[in-house]
Amino acid sequence: METKNIMIVGVGGQGTLLASKLLGRLLLSRGYDVKVSEVHGMSQRGGSVVTYVRWGDRVCSPIIDKGQADCILSFELLEGARYTEYLKPGGRLIVNSQQINPMPVIAGMAVYPENLKEKLGAIGIDVDAFDALALAEEAGNSKAVNLVLMGRLSQYFDFTKEEWMEAIEHSVPPKFLELNKKAFELGTARTA
Amino acid sequence: MKTLMLGNEAVARGLYEAGCCFVSSYPGTPSTEMTEYAAKYEELYAEWAPNEKVALEAAFGASLTGKRSFCAMKHVGLNVAADPLFTISYTGVNAGLLIGVADDAGMHSSQNEQDSRHYAQASKIPMLEPSDSAEALAFVKLAYELSEEYDTAVLMKMCTRVSHSQSVVETGERVLPEQKKYEKNPAKYIMMPGNAKKRHPEVEARTKALTAWAETADINRIEEGGDKSYGIITSSTCYQYVKEAFGDTYPVLKLGMIWPMPEQKIKDFAASVNKIVVVEELDGFIETHCKNLGLSVSGKELFSNIGELSQNLVKEKLGGSVQEGVSLKEDIPARPPVMCAGCPHRSIFYVLKKMNLTVLGDIGCYTLGAVPPLGAIDTTICMGASVSGLHGFVKAGDEENEGKTVAVIGDSTFIHSGVTGLINIAYNESNATVIILDNSITGMTGHQQNPTTGYNLKGDPCTKIDLESLCRAVGIKRVRVVDPYDMEACQAAVKEELAAKEPSVIISRRPCALLKYVKHPGPICSDSEKCKGCKACMNIGCPAISMVDGKAKIDATLCVGCGVCKQLCKFDALG
Repeated sequence: METKNIMIVGVGGQGTLLASKLLGRLLLSRGYDVKVSEVHGMSQRGGSVVTYVRWGDRVCSPIIDKGQADCILSFELLEGARYTEYLKPGGRLIVNSQQINPMPVIAGMAVYPENLKEKLGAIGIDVDAFDALALAEEAGNSKAVNLVLMGRLSQYFDFTKEEWMEAIEHSVPPKFLELNKKAFELGTARTA
Repeated sequence: MKTLMLGNEAVARGLYEAGCCFVSSYPGTPSTEMTEYAAKYEELYAEWAPNEKVALEAAFGASLTGKRSFCAMKHVGLNVAADPLFTISYTGVNAGLLIGVADDAGMHSSQNEQDSRHYAQASKIPMLEPSDSAEALAFVKLAYELSEEYDTAVLMKMCTRVSHSQSVVETGERVLPEQKKYEKNPAKYIMMPGNAKKRHPEVEARTKALTAWAETADINRIEEGGDKSYGIITSSTCYQYVKEAFGDTYPVLKLGMIWPMPEQKIKDFAASVNKIVVVEELDGFIETHCKNLGLSVSGKELFSNIGELSQNLVKEKLGGSVQEGVSLKEDIPARPPVMCAGCPHRSIFYVLKKMNLTVLGDIGCYTLGAVPPLGAIDTTICMGASVSGLHGFVKAGDEENEGKTVAVIGDSTFIHSGVTGLINIAYNESNATVIILDNSITGMTGHQQNPTTGYNLKGDPCTKIDLESLCRAVGIKRVRVVDPYDMEACQAAVKEELAAKEPSVIISRRPCALLKYVKHPGPICSDSEKCKGCKACMNIGCPAISMVDGKAKIDATLCVGCGVCKQLCKFDALG
């Protein structure tokens, strides 16, 4: 099979690493060759963060280059817009519509662009934007945004619910398992 | 069992399986997890050393006593450890000694992008270079065999993309090698001139022997390709980019050992293809070697020696076409890293900026004090440079700058190499004021313990170095502690110490706001009735404060209630 590529992007501290860990486990259990690449350190201090997840028969490069991503899973609207160049033509953007102002916007030196969702749709990107934060809060904790987004991602890929649940059970602490499962379910159930 | 592992985690697994017993390192992105994962194995003794020189010397001592040992560092850490490195090359080892060094092409989290491969050549120590996690694990085991067979330390060069990428590994069992004993051997271990003169030829002979090994080693392998118009020589993550870009189209010589390099194998490979292209990040290290062999090769004329490469770059430069992405014609504001809400460093930088001081900075989270709106730092060079630099600045400076300059350095960085600079300040009597930003943790690299925290790498309580006593012991009489959340007290302390006619240390002490044991009072409320929109609170660059419709608004999901912004509000709108 042709290698599949997902980019997980967001703001440092939003829980993107758990999402990639979960996805990596799921893909490995299906017998694929998998590479998951992340950057630690400076980028985590509220900065823009990117994780690459790749799977197939044989995966060589650990990174995804421009024009290669089948899907971008974005934890924040602006971050989704930042990486569109990495999408294949016709690629899909699953995005939490939450807006988190970066420091240049907070400091009044830059403006958070308006109507991003519509602008992204206008250039041919298949945008699935929804309020993942509200669903995470409904599940019981605003930090469960990552599992809400995983739930939505599951709607676009051919993995069974059992496989997802197995990966979730292995990736989150038992104390938060029910909460995370609920968040995942809420992510799958709603449509934009 | 097949499992996904970070490259750094795979190195740690390799240490475990190879029977390594002793690990000593100093943290630094992207190398840190090699040691953190090693510490998870009960069978491995693992520690954070105060700096990389100490770590390497400790690992050498462990090797001397007969135990396989390891130390890890980032590329700039190898500069600190370079002194023992060059002479350990002469002594060789007893049990295997492996040094993990992680480069950071692209400078994701570093102050330069030096190429560590030069150290292998300069110190005459062999260097292995894995291209994924499976190789990282396997190369660690191989490195110990080479180390013991050829009586040499071995360098293992990682990079951000190998260290911080997870790929599939198959784990094995831990096998303890036969225990070696320490035996006195002055001619081998005492490197005074008479002995070292005899050791140097041994080192040269060893490099020759390793070059011969490199000729037939499996890790330097030729992968066949149908199209011989190019033959590609590559290593590390660049090998993966080449394979991603071209699959098995062109023949590839994949080097697993980057120093010493095989000569005949490279020449034979060159003779089998039309044109040799070297694909490597940063300097043209392999390229230069090829040219020294009299070969005509292309390398840095195609690929920059700045930043990282990628599969698209490799493909384009060799005439392939790449898929364009979809771009949005819109100004997307940057999202740089910022100091966290509640960070104890924020307020001290606000005070220093307000006092219009020259601030010599150092390496850590607090380097972010250089970013607007704080913009309070003048220099950042390397670990410890703030303190030593301040001495020179104050000693040689003119009257105009007198009493207007300070150094800022974190607790871990101070212990790493700031204390020697402070000794210079005391000994050579400069009228300098050093501010130690003591947040009780090594923050930037992700919360590692250090000698001032009272805990070791395994999480056990241990001797806590007392910063006040340490500063006094080296001869600083004026040592005081302030709470950075109290800006008035901070400003008063800085003013007084700058006015004093002797060296001084201010310890700005408050634990990192992200530490689990730190209890926060909870978010502050903004009162839009009282807020006049003066934006005074915006000058501290707190990510939890923004202006909405001309009024300050606190993001309650971020705010921890440190109260620093309250001290700036003249209208009592933040409470």
